[in-house]
Amino acid sequence: MLVNRKLILAHFWLAFGGFGLALLLGAWQMFVRSPLYAWISNPEWYYRSLTAHGTVMGYVFPTLVAMGFGYAITESALQQRLVGVRWAWAGFWLIVLGAVMAMVPVALGRASVLYTFYPPLIGNAFYYVGVVLVVVGSWIWVALMSINLRVWRREHPGEPVPLAMFANVAGSYLWAWTAVGAALELLLQIIPVALGWKTTIDAGLARVFFSWTLHAIVYFWLMPTYIAYYTIVPRAIGGRLYSDSMGRIAFILFLIVAMPIGIHHTFADPQVGAGFKFIHSAFTALVALPTLLTVFTICASVEIAGRLRGGRGLFGWIAVLPWKNPIMLAVAFSFVLLGFGGAGGLINMSYQLDTTVHNTQWITGHFHLIFGGAIVIMYFAIAYDLWPHLTGRALPDLRLARAQLWLWFVGMIVTTFPWHWVGILGMPRRMAYYDYADPAISPQAFSVTLSAIGAIILLISGLLFLFILATAHRQTATEAGAYRFSVAVHPPTTVPIALNTFALWVALMIGLTVTNYGYPIAVLASRPDTSVPAVYVGAQ
Amino acid sequence: MSAREIFSSRNPYFAISVGVVAGIFVLTAVGGFIILPYAQPELKFAGIWDVICSAAGLPQRSASSDAVQPVRRLSEVVLTPTTLAHPTQESIGRGATLAQRCAICHGPTGVSRADSPNLAGQYGSVIYKELVDFRSGARTNAVMAPFAVNLTDREIADLAAYYAFLPRLPAYHPQQQLRKPRVVIYGAPIRGVAPCGSCHGSLDNKAGSPWLEGQSETYLKFQLHAFASGQRTNDISQQMRNIARAMTPQEIDEAAAYYASQPSEIVKATD
Repeated sequence: MLVNRKLILAHFWLAFGGFGLALLLGAWQMFVRSPLYAWISNPEWYYRSLTAHGTVMGYVFPTLVAMGFGYAITESALQQRLVGVRWAWAGFWLIVLGAVMAMVPVALGRASVLYTFYPPLIGNAFYYVGVVLVVVGSWIWVALMSINLRVWRREHPGEPVPLAMFANVAGSYLWAWTAVGAALELLLQIIPVALGWKTTIDAGLARVFFSWTLHAIVYFWLMPTYIAYYTIVPRAIGGRLYSDSMGRIAFILFLIVAMPIGIHHTFADPQVGAGFKFIHSAFTALVALPTLLTVFTICASVEIAGRLRGGRGLFGWIAVLPWKNPIMLAVAFSFVLLGFGGAGGLINMSYQLDTTVHNTQWITGHFHLIFGGAIVIMYFAIAYDLWPHLTGRALPDLRLARAQLWLWFVGMIVTTFPWHWVGILGMPRRMAYYDYADPAISPQAFSVTLSAIGAIILLISGLLFLFILATAHRQTATEAGAYRFSVAVHPPTTVPIALNTFALWVALMIGLTVTNYGYPIAVLASRPDTSVPAVYVGAQ
Repeated sequence: MSAREIFSSRNPYFAISVGVVAGIFVLTAVGGFIILPYAQPELKFAGIWDVICSAAGLPQRSASSDAVQPVRRLSEVVLTPTTLAHPTQESIGRGATLAQRCAICHGPTGVSRADSPNLAGQYGSVIYKELVDFRSGARTNAVMAPFAVNLTDREIADLAAYYAFLPRLPAYHPQQQLRKPRVVIYGAPIRGVAPCGSCHGSLDNKAGSPWLEGQSETYLKFQLHAFASGQRTNDISQQMRNIARAMTPQEIDEAAAYYASQPSEIVKATD
């Protein structure tokens, strides 16, 4: 029962519209810094574009997708009208306001600090305030998810919370807590300096705060994708979910261990002790566990679908899968990209191996493969799956959707594989341009050209995606029926209370934050000698 | 089940999950704080507490040596967007009066005939930073220091406003314009040398970096050598010392000759 379709569509359209613009900027960046184009002679333009690309892709786009999808899950999985619709719209408009407020100074070149902020670089205060508003808008969503679940529980005492909603609320709690790190950095450190109340900043502490957010934010981006794996894919391909409990355990594990691992982003930072780096490295290894559980469960669920379609033998079930179904295609591509990205991630989280790839294009390749590849391709799938229910019209042509997914998959590989390669060769990231005539880096020109071509393919795919969604609104009206989620092989009738509630897991998440982050933050915050002068962007 | 029952040792989910998480934390803590530091033979520790403090990242002053103090005074200038914003006509006028003293070397119109820098039209932030550095001793020069040492903050801001207000005039010794050498446009990425133009204009301009067009070739070369030898140390993050050290003598000559040959009217933050 999808009642507030306008609300959900508004979130998705704002998300995908922003995504289209940011994708355009990304492709432009790849092009101008490649050997295909004579240098634009102005690195400021490059960093301006990079800041906009990162801010929209990292904060605005996935947050809006998670929110829109979350509202859709609340209404369709809980079978109840969304409570707090006005608040939901308020959250949406806060995000619109925040995004505009942040993007104006970026467009004017007053905040070219990249989306990771990088103090002591300090940009225009409106940029940071805009980002804070986006986060505050999303916190309204977090509260609404919690309230709606509470309302449902009151009317369904003791019943198992549907997996989609359980995962959705887990994702919202993860986001609420992980955003606190960047919020503390912005409110306590950066914004006072940006407003001129202070002129020095503890850049090391700021990096630790940001690492609190930076890794778990990836798992927040990942949540809609994992929810789609568990609750959309088996239903869309005509199968059953292999295990409902496995899904709950995977999301609980994400809630606990996605958060206290971010210091692996500061392996090269001198202000964090080696002991804490080791602890975070070990906990990072643990976060592979829910992903491996998910890969197992989803492969088993897909196999069930294959066998139900008459597949026989060890691999015979793969051939009979509904490969013409965009969801089937998307999940297969997503798993392949997740496999490569995850393998690279194991290298990044290893203290010693990371030193060889630290701050190189390898890292850029890695997070584009995970986020742009494995995650975003499932966002496409979610949109394709939900669109007929939101618009009341069928998608125009599934061939277009399949072509779009193929282009995205191929484009992402052509973009990120050469990036990994030049990273191993030592090419640093965050560089506006290179002189490929220099004999020392001219052998890398081919790989960089290749990845720029990949970016063009991605741009075509992204525009095709927007085209499909837009034209769907003009199709003839059809009744899509109720929006359903996949059914488990053994649908849960009773669930242990621990797998149906969050208190214990949220307590563990906060507890691990205290043990893994408490000391490094306390020691940096209490020392008087760790601040450096701020470097104001555009001060002259 | 109420909250009290969830958080009870009788609840197996509570007991197992808290036990496993605490166990992993303790194991990794022992690994990271005790075993791994001891596994590195080059690290010498006074005892187990020393090992733990070191792995926790607690900065420790070793008993045998005091903290290293810099040999020279370092620059302490902080520029914010408001430091020099919107100078008044009075400020520029006061700066003009004060600038009488500077004219003997820097020229009555801010254009030097004595291989001193041309100041007419230089960025206010640059005049401000160098004067503050001369005053504090972060930058030393037998001729400049006596002039700067008694200036007040307001006088320095006035001088910055005045010279920033003056129009840029053609250099005293214009030559044929040279082509941009590689080090100006591309730097030398392999040696970690950023392009000159990425801070000094044409590619980008960073706060506190002067434009260089039409400055004396002798002066530019002398300053680059002073940075390279460590004689001049008022670059806040050592950026000019690192760059000048990595530049070849030929690159220094090319960069100085190029900038000296450019008319100062063409100065722009970016092309």
